[in-house]
Amino acid sequence: MTTTLIIEQVLNGLQFGVMLFLMASGLTLVFGVMGLINLAHGSLYMVGAFACAAVAAATGSYWLGLAASLVVAAMAGAIVELLIIRKLYSRGHLDQVLATFALILVFSEGTRWLFGSFPLYLNVPEILSGSVELPGGIHYSLFRLLIIVTGALIALFLLALIHKTRLGIQIRAGESDREMISALGVNIDRLYTIVFALGAALAGLAGAMVGSLQSVQVGMGEPVLILAFVVIVIGGIGSIKGALVGAVLVGLVDTLGRFLLPELFAIFMDPASAKAIGSALASMLIYMVMAGVLFFRPTGLFGLNA
Amino acid sequence: MSITKSNAINTLLIAGLLFAALCAHVLSEPFIITMATKIAIFAIAGIGLNLALGYGGLVSFGHAAFFGIGGYVCGILASHARNFEPLTTWPFEFSGTTSMLVIWPIAIFVSSLLALLIGAISLRTTGVYFIMITLAFAQMIFYFAISWPTYGGEDGLPTYVRNSFPGVNTLNPIEYFLICFVLLLITLILCSIIVNSRFGLALQAARQNVRRVTSVGIDVYKVKLVAFVISGGITGLAGALYTDLNRFVSPSVLSWHTSGEIMIFVILGGVAHLFGPLAGAALFIVLEFVLGGFTEYWQMWLGALLLLVVLYAPKGLMGALNASWRSHG
Repeated sequence: MTTTLIIEQVLNGLQFGVMLFLMASGLTLVFGVMGLINLAHGSLYMVGAFACAAVAAATGSYWLGLAASLVVAAMAGAIVELLIIRKLYSRGHLDQVLATFALILVFSEGTRWLFGSFPLYLNVPEILSGSVELPGGIHYSLFRLLIIVTGALIALFLLALIHKTRLGIQIRAGESDREMISALGVNIDRLYTIVFALGAALAGLAGAMVGSLQSVQVGMGEPVLILAFVVIVIGGIGSIKGALVGAVLVGLVDTLGRFLLPELFAIFMDPASAKAIGSALASMLIYMVMAGVLFFRPTGLFGLNA
Repeated sequence: MSITKSNAINTLLIAGLLFAALCAHVLSEPFIITMATKIAIFAIAGIGLNLALGYGGLVSFGHAAFFGIGGYVCGILASHARNFEPLTTWPFEFSGTTSMLVIWPIAIFVSSLLALLIGAISLRTTGVYFIMITLAFAQMIFYFAISWPTYGGEDGLPTYVRNSFPGVNTLNPIEYFLICFVLLLITLILCSIIVNSRFGLALQAARQNVRRVTSVGIDVYKVKLVAFVISGGITGLAGALYTDLNRFVSPSVLSWHTSGEIMIFVILGGVAHLFGPLAGAALFIVLEFVLGGFTEYWQMWLGALLLLVVLYAPKGLMGALNASWRSHG
């Protein structure tokens, strides 16, 4: 086990965390502002990936595909918000869970109907597919590095948006008292649609980027959705800062756990059972972290009301 | 709505299930009998969840854990008995069993114990955090089952033949259905006794107003925990029955999809309605079958239908049925 390997795994963990942040930020905004549990957020991630794959295949340009993932996911989000989600704000969590679960079925099967069950593959453009040499002589995939940079930029953009702009003020006001800000003349319906579409666009972008690393297929959003929920619960629901900290934490813990735990158990066990127990524990690790965080801080790390 | 009318709907439901299975037996349609058995089993799981979710207001998104553990208890006991490998040798030798009468209590006990553990930690939180922490625990067990190779890991654990019940040929579909049906009746009666007991009233009051219930001297945490444990135990029993139905158990019963489905049976049927889970499970499984006959993309239509139910019949099937009955009567 060398330092190079560890640094590489840390970078992988960061990249994973940044992806999770793109998913989780939308989820946490929608929950914080509208009080809505949106299980269908993973479907928007999938929609983004498929839009990117389809447009990239049709035009031959990966960049157009990326743009399409943002636009199409945002549009899908806005349409769903206007037609269905809007009716759910006043309902309890149970109705929201059932309705958005139903939306997952519609989205997944609709996509399967349009694109078939076979996974699509997205080719990263030539200039991004190589690796770069980092200081210290470490070779790392350029594309993954770009994902980290993009994610970091988006995180900065979101934090600035929430804390520095008029829209951000309205969003924060909407989180704490929605009647009051609509009484002050803010068009709350439009605000909700914008927030939902913004979250959807970020999820779509995440889907397109992960789709380029792995493959684009129906149901790809669900595992990520659960992880994104873990992230926002650890971070505290409604907090962008919490989502960022939670996402990086989950990304690092998961990646490093899978890498280090088997090695750790191998110190005092035979290799085969060390690998079995280590990887079993590693896959449970983030859920243990989450249970631990909630045990000591029942509203998450940056949760508002205890 | 008078009580007798709602009773009539309930009787119709339960009699309908029995009638459908018996008809299918006469017409020798084992597939339909299996479907009815599945409805009975998922109704039991739903009744378990309903106790926590409906009556106690504890929205658990992790009941797959109890369902799956019940299923695995059944699978593990049976596989040890068939392979003649003792499960434990100390302090006494226990070689597993293929008798349902032994498996059920163990499944209920183990899943209740798990519910005690999960509930004790989860009940510190409320609202969405409770939903998510129960999900987290279920996911932990799911991933553990996937990566633990002793009992099949990701491939699952086949039990090959159904376990035995004295005087019954459990491999005969209708006889196994009747076992599940009788257990469903017992669960319904048990649940109605619990809900109408002093404990049940305290539980429902605690859902509505924690502070008032506390102020009359009831320990809300304890009441909710006990409800959660009973709920987990009932769902665990359903899991054991499901393993025997399929003669196979795999980590997929522990996945969050299972939690979601059990939850949908409850919400679809009508939350905090004794017969709601039965109505929901029956509607869902029948729809799955009917739509599946029409199109390969039946889940899309199922999703659309579910959406309509949530948007336009928010009290679930039992709510809608009772309401329309009232307006016509």
